[in-house]
Amino acid sequence: MMRHLVSGLLLGAMLAFSGPAGAEEPGTIRLGAAVSLTGKYSSNGAFTRNGYDLAVKRINEEGGVTVAGKPYRLEIVYYDDESTPARGAQLVERLIRQDGVKYLLGPYSSGLTEAIAPVTEKYGVPMVEANGAAISLFRKGYRYLFAVLSTTDQYLRGAVELAAAVNEDPSKLRVAMAFENDPFSQDVREGVMEDAAKHGMNIVIDDKLPPELNDMSATLSKAKVLKPDLLLVSGHDKGAALAVRQVADQRLDLPMMALTHCDSAQIAEKFGAAAEYTLCAAQWASTLKYEDALFGSASDYAALYEETYNHTAPYQAAESSAAVQVFADAFERAGSLEPDAVRDALSETDIMTFYGPIKFDETGKNVSKPTVLFQVQDGKYVVVYPQEFAEAEFRWPTPSWSER
Amino acid sequence: MSRISDWYIMGAIALAGLAGPLLLPGLATQIAFLWLMVVFALTWDMLGGRMGYNSFGNIVFFGIGCYAAAVVQRDAGLPYFEALALGLLAGAVCAVLAAVVFGAAMLGIRGHYFAIGTLGLGIAAGEVAAGWDYVGAGSGMALPLYPGELGQRELFFCYSLFALAAICFLCCRAVYATRFGLALNAIRDDHDKADAMGLRTTPIKIFAWALSAFFLALSGGLAANMIGFIDPRDVAFAGATFGVWMVLMAILGGKGTLWGPVLGAFVFHVTQELFWTWLLGWQRVALGLLIVIIVVFFPQGIMGWLAERRARAEAGT
Amino acid sequence: MLDNLSLFVQYPPLAFDVVLNGLLIGAIFALAAYGMALVWGVLNIVNVVQGELVVLGGYVTFVAVQWGMPPLLGLPLSAAAMFCVGWLIYRAVIFRVVDRDIFISILATFGLSILIQQLANALFGSDVRTVDADLGSVHLFDGMVTLAGIKLLAFALALGAGGALWFFLRKARLGQAIRATAQDPRAARILGIDTDRVFAMTYALNAALCGAAGSLAVMAWTIHPYLGLPYTVRSFMVVVVAGVGNVAGVIAAGLGLGALENVAGFVFGVEFQIAFVFALMVIILVWRNAMATRKRSHLE
Repeated sequence: MMRHLVSGLLLGAMLAFSGPAGAEEPGTIRLGAAVSLTGKYSSNGAFTRNGYDLAVKRINEEGGVTVAGKPYRLEIVYYDDESTPARGAQLVERLIRQDGVKYLLGPYSSGLTEAIAPVTEKYGVPMVEANGAAISLFRKGYRYLFAVLSTTDQYLRGAVELAAAVNEDPSKLRVAMAFENDPFSQDVREGVMEDAAKHGMNIVIDDKLPPELNDMSATLSKAKVLKPDLLLVSGHDKGAALAVRQVADQRLDLPMMALTHCDSAQIAEKFGAAAEYTLCAAQWASTLKYEDALFGSASDYAALYEETYNHTAPYQAAESSAAVQVFADAFERAGSLEPDAVRDALSETDIMTFYGPIKFDETGKNVSKPTVLFQVQDGKYVVVYPQEFAEAEFRWPTPSWSER
Repeated sequence: MSRISDWYIMGAIALAGLAGPLLLPGLATQIAFLWLMVVFALTWDMLGGRMGYNSFGNIVFFGIGCYAAAVVQRDAGLPYFEALALGLLAGAVCAVLAAVVFGAAMLGIRGHYFAIGTLGLGIAAGEVAAGWDYVGAGSGMALPLYPGELGQRELFFCYSLFALAAICFLCCRAVYATRFGLALNAIRDDHDKADAMGLRTTPIKIFAWALSAFFLALSGGLAANMIGFIDPRDVAFAGATFGVWMVLMAILGGKGTLWGPVLGAFVFHVTQELFWTWLLGWQRVALGLLIVIIVVFFPQGIMGWLAERRARAEAGT
Repeated sequence: MLDNLSLFVQYPPLAFDVVLNGLLIGAIFALAAYGMALVWGVLNIVNVVQGELVVLGGYVTFVAVQWGMPPLLGLPLSAAAMFCVGWLIYRAVIFRVVDRDIFISILATFGLSILIQQLANALFGSDVRTVDADLGSVHLFDGMVTLAGIKLLAFALALGAGGALWFFLRKARLGQAIRATAQDPRAARILGIDTDRVFAMTYALNAALCGAAGSLAVMAWTIHPYLGLPYTVRSFMVVVVAGVGNVAGVIAAGLGLGALENVAGFVFGVEFQIAFVFALMVIILVWRNAMATRKRSHLE
C-alpha cells in the first residue's frame, strides 16, 4: 500500500513539475515575468502587468518586431510571486529552465528585484525591469540587468532640494522622516540623508515604519513638538494614505510634506482638501512633454490606458510599458535573438519614449530621465519640480490648518 | 508496515533523491524545496506530533539559521564553501542555544497558550530582525553568489538539502525507537502522569526542541543561500507561509507517525506547485480552502486515514 | 530612546497625548476582543479569523459610503452584515470543529483567514481604503493634544457595547442560554437549550462586534485585505490577559494594551512597536504560567 502510494506520488510529482512548458512557436518571442498578483503588492503588481500587456498589445497591433527581416509577435508568460522574494527567485528559475524563456521583464518592488537579479545574472538572461530601483542593485556589477526608471534614492531628493531653494538658510531646516522598513523606502531614505547632509539640515525624526503598522500617531506626536519644516514619508500606497489622513486628523501644521506613491494611492481623489499642498515624488506624469511613435505623447498613453483599464494611468504602468518598448527596440537592433546579442543591444539603448528618454549607463540604470515632483493643487496633480518641467509655481509654505 | 517494506521505501526515495535532479535538471530547485519541506514537517512533528506541543514558532530557528549563515558569510572573509560551512555551524549553535533559552521559559506553558505564545515569538523575532541595522534591517541581506559552474548551484543545494532531510529522517527514526522517544509520547499522552512517574520532563522537552532547532537552522542556512536573498518577514521568519506549512504538512500526512510528515510534505508541495501553475492569482484561495478541508475532514492525516481503513478492512474479514 | 523620553519631560502634555491616543486605539481592540472572549468561552475555539472579520466589516462600511450612505450609518450596517457572514461561516465550517481539539480549530480558522484575505483582495483590490466620517478633532493644550472625533466615538461605543453585552448576557433569555452553554454544554442540552443554535448565535454576535470594530477602524485609520493579523493577535492578547468570561477585564486590558503600545512606539521607535507587542505577549504567557505553577505548589 505504502509503496504504491509513494511511487505514485513520485511519478505525479515528476509529471506535475514539468508544468506548461512548450516549444517556442515560430514568429513568437516569449518574455517571462513574475509579478505580484496577490499579496501586499498586488495593486502595484496589477499596474505592472497592465503596463506590460498594453505595450505588447500595441506592438503586436503595429506588426510586432522585425528581427533580421522576419516579423515576430511578442508574448508574455506570467507567474504570481505573491509579493514574497522566496517565491520570486524560484519562479524566475522556473521561467528560464522549464518554460524556456530567454528574456525577462522585472517584478514589482526592489526587494523582489534584489531576489531575482542573481538568478538572471547566473543564466545570462537579460532582464529589463521597471519597478525595482534600489541603488544597491546597481552596485553589484550585474551585466544583464537594465532599469528604465530612475534609481530609488532619487525619489525625494527633489523635495530636499526644493526645501533648500525656498528657505533662506537651509542649514536651519528641520527634517522629519518616516520611512517604511523595506528595501524601497530605506533606499529613498539613503538619498534624502545624503542631500540633507549636503545642505547641513537637521534630522529631528528618523522613524522606520513596520509594514503592518496602520497608525502613525507615535511619529506624528513627536512632530507636534519638534516642529519640522519638512516631513518626508515613504511607505508605498499605505504610507501615503496614512500620512495624509493622520496629518489632517491631528491638524499637524507642516510647512512642507513630501510623499512617494501618492498618485497610485490616489490621495487627491480620496482625501480632497486634506491632500492639498502635498508633494508627491513620481517617475512619470501624463503631463510631461515626451512622445514616441508607438503611443504618441505621454497624455495619449494616459488616455489609451484609461480607456483600456478604466482607471488613471499610474507611473508604475507607464514605466512597465516602456520596459517592453526597450526590449522591442533592442531585438530589432540586435538583429538576432541570441540573449547575449540582445544584451549588448540593450546596453546601447538610446531612445525616446512617451515615458522619457532611456539610455543606460554601464551599471544598467537609466541615467537620462529625471524624477519629478507633483504638488496637489486644487485637487489636481501639478508638476512643480524640476524647473524645466514645472507647470505651476510651488505653493509654499502650506498654510496652517486654522487658515485652511 | 513491516520492517522490510520500510527499507524498500527508503531505498526507493534515496534512489529518486539521487537520480531525480540528474534526470530532471530543470526541476532541481523545486526538488530542493521539496526536501526543505520534508525537514520542516519532520522537525515540527518532533514536538507537535510526538510530544503534543503544537508550536507555531519553529520558524524562529529557521530564521536564526538564515541570518547566522548570512552574517558569517558576509563578515568572515573566507572563500564561499568554508564560509558556508562555518555559517551553518554558527547557525546551528545559535539555534540550539535559543531553543534551550526559549524552551526553559516557554515549555512549561501548556496547550493552546503554548501554540499562541510561540506564534508571538516567531513574529517578534521577525520584527526584531527587521529593525536591526546590523543584519540589514528591513532591507534584508543578499548572500554571496555561488562560485561554481552554471547549473551546479541548483544541484549542490538540491543534494545538500536531500542529505539533510535524509539525516533528519534517520535521526527521527532512531530517536523515536529509544526510551527517549517513548518519554516524548508519555508527555503527549498525559503530562501529569509522566511527571508522576518520575520522568524529568523539562530537560526532555528542551532536548527535543533543541534537536528540531538544530536541523531547522541547518536547513535555514542552506535555504538562504539557495534563495539568495533574505527578507526578515517574508523569507527568514516567514511565519505565515513556511511556519504554517510545517504544521499543515505534518497534519496532512499524519502527525505522530514516522512517515506521515514525509508523505504530507510530498503531497503538499506537489499540490502547491500545481496550484501555482494552473491557478494563476487564485492559488492562495485554493490553499486556504485546502487547509480548511484538511483539518476539518482529515484531522488524523493520510496515515491515520489509512490505518483506519486497514482496521476496518480487517474487522470486515 | 533617551531623547524620546526627554521629550516627555520637556512637554508633559505630549505624554498625555500619546497615552490618550493609545487608549482610544485600545478601545477598538477591546471591541474586537469581546467577540473573541465570547467565542473562546462558549465554543472553546480560538478564532484566528477574527482580524479578517474586522477587515470585512470595514469593507462593508466602505462600500456603503461609496453608494452614498452617510459613514456613521455604515456602523450598524457593518454589524448587521457581519452578523449574517458570521452565521454563514458557522454553518459552513465552525460547527464541524466545535467539539474537536482546540488546535484543529486554530488551523481551520487560519485557513479561513487566508481564504477571506484573498477573496477580499479579489473583490476590493489591495488598495488602501479609508472613509472620512467628518467628525473633526478636539484640540487641547494649544494643539499639543489632539483627539480625532471618530476615535472618541469609537471609545464611547466600545464602552457602550461592553455595557450592553454585559446586560445582554445577564438579563436576556439568549444571553442566559449562552452563559449556560459556556458553563456546561451537555447540561444545557438536557435542560432543553438548543446548543447548536446558541453556538451559531454566539459566533454571529462575535462577527457583528468585529464588524462594528472594522467600521470604526476604516473611519479612524485605513484598511487593506492583509491587515487582519494585527487585530487577531491583539484580541487574543487582550483575552489572555483579561480571562475569558470578564467583560470589564477585556475593556481594561484592551485600553491598557493600546496605551502601552503607543508609548512603546514613541519611546523605542516605531520599528520596534510590533516586536514589543509580541514580546510582551510571550512574557505575559510565561508570567501567567509561572504564577499558576507557584499557586499549584502553594496548594500542595
